[in-house]
Amino acid sequence: MENGEGVVKKFCYINRKAPYGTIYALESLEVVLIAAAFDQDISLVFADDGIYQLTKGQDTDGIGMKNFSKTYTALGDYDIKKVYVEKESLEERGLSAEDLQALKYEDEDDDWAEKDSLFVVGREELAKIIDEQDVILSF
Amino acid sequence: MATLHTVNKSPFERNALESCLRLAKAGSSVLLFEDGVIGAMRDTRFSEKITQAMGDFSFYVLGPDIKARGLSNDKVIDGIQVVDYNGFVDLTTEHDTVQSWL
Repeated sequence: MENGEGVVKKFCYINRKAPYGTIYALESLEVVLIAAAFDQDISLVFADDGIYQLTKGQDTDGIGMKNFSKTYTALGDYDIKKVYVEKESLEERGLSAEDLQALKYEDEDDDWAEKDSLFVVGREELAKIIDEQDVILSF
Repeated sequence: MATLHTVNKSPFERNALESCLRLAKAGSSVLLFEDGVIGAMRDTRFSEKITQAMGDFSFYVLGPDIKARGLSNDKVIDGIQVVDYNGFVDLTTEHDTVQSWL
């Protein structure tokens, strides 16, 4: 750490719960945003009911809770470019990628071109991504 | 003596809804709210189970919880009635007892 360049590890945050019914989704998001300051290689995974965290058009006025869904669209500004959504989780809930918010980041190596950071991946590919991680945090 | 059964957990997460449907007496009402609204959505792994149970139960779902999760009333299974908080209160007063499936 002396030269200012610490070890970069692969961190993965697995989100498996719907938002608002429990505090897990919001807590995960808070931890991810804090951890983003440490310049690690971060991946987010949304599977099972966690996919509901990324739906577009969330409106919490009626339940008197803070709508934190817009914060996901800011993840790109925190250099979080890898958000994986399990395809099978969407399918068994009658949802598709069109029901989710678009997540983008600006690629500094490509004249700040806006690129997708949300990837819908199948079970096998997701298993491989998770297996490659150094640290996994579960929410 | 009609009972209102309430379920606030997703059927994908817990088996509260399944236990409710298994143990509630025919003629009862079932209200889905909080994460339980996921059970009221069309085209899920559980939709068929709800549709089959409609002969025995009257189903209700809390609208504000649907909107909060980015889901819409058009995605609710046909035959489930969407209610607001006032409707929730009405349901509790119209039934003799309320059974919460946690």
